[in-house]
Amino acid sequence: MKKLIYPFVLLLLSVHAHASSLTIEITQGLEGALPIAVVPFAWRGDAANPPPHEVGGVVAADLQRSGRFKPLPDSQMLARPSRAEEVDFRDWRAVNVENLVIGEVSPNGPGGYLVKFYLYDVFRGEQITGYSMPTTAADLRSTAHHIADIIYETLTGEPGAFATRIAYVTSLRSGSGKNIKERVELRIADADGYAPQTIVSSDEPIMSPAWSPDGRQLAYVSFENAQPSIWVQEVLTGKREKLTSFKGINGAPAWSPDGRYLALTLSKDGNPDIYVMDIARRSLRKLTRHGAIDTEPAWSPDGRTLVFTSDRGGKPQIYRVSVGGGEPERVTFDGDYNARASYSPDGRLLTMVTGVGGAYRIATLDLQTRDFRVLSTGRLDESPSFAPNGSMIIYATRVADKGVLAAVSTDGRVQQRLRLQEGDVREPVWSPHQQQQRSR
Amino acid sequence: MKINSLAWVAVAVSALLFAGCSGFGSKPDDGVTVEDRSSSGATTSGAGAGGAWTGNPLDDPNSLLSTKTVYFEYDQSTIRSEFVDVLRAHAGYLNTNRSAHVRIEGHADERGSREYNIGLGERRANAVKSFLEAEGVSSAQIDTISYGEERPASLGHDEISWAENRRAVLVY
Repeated sequence: MKKLIYPFVLLLLSVHAHASSLTIEITQGLEGALPIAVVPFAWRGDAANPPPHEVGGVVAADLQRSGRFKPLPDSQMLARPSRAEEVDFRDWRAVNVENLVIGEVSPNGPGGYLVKFYLYDVFRGEQITGYSMPTTAADLRSTAHHIADIIYETLTGEPGAFATRIAYVTSLRSGSGKNIKERVELRIADADGYAPQTIVSSDEPIMSPAWSPDGRQLAYVSFENAQPSIWVQEVLTGKREKLTSFKGINGAPAWSPDGRYLALTLSKDGNPDIYVMDIARRSLRKLTRHGAIDTEPAWSPDGRTLVFTSDRGGKPQIYRVSVGGGEPERVTFDGDYNARASYSPDGRLLTMVTGVGGAYRIATLDLQTRDFRVLSTGRLDESPSFAPNGSMIIYATRVADKGVLAAVSTDGRVQQRLRLQEGDVREPVWSPHQQQQRSR
Repeated sequence: MKINSLAWVAVAVSALLFAGCSGFGSKPDDGVTVEDRSSSGATTSGAGAGGAWTGNPLDDPNSLLSTKTVYFEYDQSTIRSEFVDVLRAHAGYLNTNRSAHVRIEGHADERGSREYNIGLGERRANAVKSFLEAEGVSSAQIDTISYGEERPASLGHDEISWAENRRAVLVY
């Protein structure tokens, strides 16, 4: 296994150590990663007052993290162009990079920046694309992630997922014996682990975060006041509302693709069943009726079908039911434990937790070909969540007795690990794509 | 999935210690409610062997009532025979003290998915609740909650810890 610790992320970590960022290491890279050069972006403003982040470095780190690109180290660059007329393609052919990215950041009014970048095909010696993007100090990293998305999409033909975030739950235990105290937090960080923010903090369990399709809200389960309840919270303002607090289980919230409905698990009638709530009307419709455990609903991307976990056949397996109701059909037949399924963004695959010879790992099932693949290698892997472009699956695992996050490419070839400095981290969920203006 | 047998010997032995000699001989509940039986297990005043217990009967170390946790097999919610007398003692206490209230917390080990484990923990809490109700306890005296795998009693990641975490706890 190839182990590359990315220095830029580590550098930032030393500055923001108190914020307890997630450190990302690529534990398995791709053999055929595309060689690319991302030249550090030039600053056109006051040299004594540079922007808070070096855009080119953020872009290069993103591309490298995807496992599909191999950025040239700065030290091997023969030139540092930042304008079209400064590019000499011979400098880049000499070091065998196929693509070149250059750019610059200029002051743009009070607190504003204008970021320009160009992407070149080195061997043809021509520009492939270029954008000019207005931004602010606060959004500079986000702009860099959008640039990485554009480069990724242009060169691979698939949308990127760098300008996204992940929500996750952290747990820090203190004390010992009978006096163990646990601090549980729901946090959000950029997909590169940067800028973590705590949005809820509690002495009681917090579980099952779920992004709204517009990325503005999170639903989650909180046991505050010794009763599980489903809450919906605005990410930006922190304003939140209790959605359900029935007797028994209030769990596993999942937004419909149009954001109007929430599928959830309630046991108010005696045992856990799947319900669908019309969020605006607060009305509930019971979707499954079975004495078994029915839980962990997830919507198909077209919003017409839900999959869920049920042990109605004796062991937990994945079932599928029409959103209109009807008799659920069993979907998984590989192994005697399959749970917590969710769809890939194109609806082609399900990812889930599968029991394999006493270990619990992340698997995908191709719904058409029935191809079932185990992608992870841990013993206690759980909570898989697709990136919004379907390229990676993030999940929770344990390494050296610590709960950490890991990500694996959907083809299983690239693996990353996201580590928190202290405490355990679990239940990662990848946000949907976020919008940002850009002009060519 | 095989359970580490040593762990079970340990649990079974401790259950026997608490249960005295009557542990495995008694029949499982079978929905029969026999008041005599429940009161025989429950010593509400704590008088008798080992000197007078003057504290709360629920804390009397010589009473079955001091045992407040029952354990389960992997992915199961059946009350194991070694815990029948413990639960009968609690039923007796609750029947004698009709104003007493118990909260049953169901738990699961960490393996598998979290929300499924919430379901499993609830099933375990309900199994204990049903047992107590079959022994005559009023449902108004009982609350249940499932913590799934969120509140482990043991923080290890092996069969012994998992066995300690698959449990229901009676909280008065």
